[in-house]
Amino acid sequence: MKYMLLIYRDEADMQAASKAQIEQTMGAYLAYTEALRKAGVIVGGDRLQPSTAATTVRLLDGKSKVLDGPYAETKEQLGGYYMIDVPDLDAALSWAARCPGAGHGTIEVRPLWVM
Amino acid sequence: MPREDDELMPQVDAAAGATADAVARRSYGKLVAFLAARLRDVAAAEDALADAFASALAAWPASGVPANPEAWLLSVARRKAVDAARRRRSGDEAAAHLLLIADKLAAATTGTAEIPDDRLALMFACAHPAIESGIRAPLILQTILGFDAAAIASSFLVAPRTMGQRLVRAKSKIREAGIPFRVPGRDELADRLDAVLEAIYAAFAEGWSDPAGTEIRRRNLAEEAIFLGRLVVALLPDEAEALGLLGLMLHAEARRAARRDAQGDYVPLAAQDMAAWNAALIDEAEALLRRAGALGAPGRYQLEAAVQSAHVARRRTGWTDWPAIELLYDALVALTASPVVAINRAIAVAETRGAAAGLAALDAIADDARLAEYEPYWAARADLLSRNGAADAADADMAYERAIGLEPDEAVRRFLQRRRAKLSE
Repeated sequence: MKYMLLIYRDEADMQAASKAQIEQTMGAYLAYTEALRKAGVIVGGDRLQPSTAATTVRLLDGKSKVLDGPYAETKEQLGGYYMIDVPDLDAALSWAARCPGAGHGTIEVRPLWVM
Repeated sequence: MPREDDELMPQVDAAAGATADAVARRSYGKLVAFLAARLRDVAAAEDALADAFASALAAWPASGVPANPEAWLLSVARRKAVDAARRRRSGDEAAAHLLLIADKLAAATTGTAEIPDDRLALMFACAHPAIESGIRAPLILQTILGFDAAAIASSFLVAPRTMGQRLVRAKSKIREAGIPFRVPGRDELADRLDAVLEAIYAAFAEGWSDPAGTEIRRRNLAEEAIFLGRLVVALLPDEAEALGLLGLMLHAEARRAARRDAQGDYVPLAAQDMAAWNAALIDEAEALLRRAGALGAPGRYQLEAAVQSAHVARRRTGWTDWPAIELLYDALVALTASPVVAINRAIAVAETRGAAAGLAALDAIADDARLAEYEPYWAARADLLSRNGAADAADADMAYERAIGLEPDEAVRRFLQRRRAKLSE
């Protein structure tokens, strides 16, 4: 089954991080991505620009309404994702628990819709 | 078994109906577990099996009851499941999926060997941490024992519609989230088994709350929980806490009859007639506890069972070893930080060091907001205050009033009212 690991974290924390901390986090993500690759479970994944770079669009009365900012103003914002292909939820959860994001935020594990 | 089949029974051939009923009683959970584990879908397994039972009731009167009714039911259920999956899905991926489940089911149902027992795997799926904790026990009762939503709802004091919806949602979650049907590996087993045991104990506690056994459904619930406890012990014989839980439930069950006198009035443990205790169940519970102890992995259920064991030791010694009980509660408080355990510890403290010390122990947890509406807290408080001298009589009266107002069991209410009346004698 394919699962999305959606990584949410406090962006203010991230901006306040020191250079050494950022390097350490980057290193941890690189190692994690490599581990996913070695296990043959990774389908995709990327880091996102912060939510200040987000724009939302919605069609109202046939006109698109464009707004600056993310969909919802919450303390923790979506900061990146991985898509993995594993046998079941337990396997997905064990990978989610190893994601560096689980240490400084929250990982939401969502199965993909199967057509 | 599901209600719809019960309703069909009277209309069909009596012998076929009786056989189907017997198979359902004996094998329902095993058949559902087998199908669910291979379909990875509890609701689809239940539906397919219900269809298979309906087919049996239609076919068996004419063709005779097959030599192996379980295998017959499974092979019909397999066809029904594949048909249902075909109706739900379309496209290439669906075709591949159908082939896969058809193969999996065929490989397992064509042999003459006994059907593999996947009930434990199903229980672990139902008690998975991704399933809301409050619905785990009801889900196990439905999937393993075939209770219908209405019966479960009445036991858990929930509206049937609400219970039905929550069960449906939980089964969808199992399917959609890909919750596995397997017994977890060594490293995870302790944590995950805990959720299974907790669900079984919740079912037992619901059944236990009707000690008079006047509500048949509730009484059954306690017996079914013991059945599940036995099942877990049979399948995981070296898990100390599974043994401990079964021991705890058997100890409680052994004293069921003694909890009420001939008039149906509540009898507290200290005043119970030991002749009314079920000696065979107590012996079995003690043996389980010894087995658990030998495994060297203590835990909450073993400690609680040990408390029960210390209480019934009065059978042989003629007195209750309160210092030992206090020590066991100390360990339980350290392990669980549960206010309920702390109340029981305070009662033990009152026995070993007097009512004032017991009250001090109760005061230490009085700030816990959960206790404001918890009847045992007020009953314990009232009892200790009434034993602590005339100066506390007014407070004792107030505490009894709170306890009586919160107690759902009429017999216990009468008992508390009599105690309260004694204050002014």
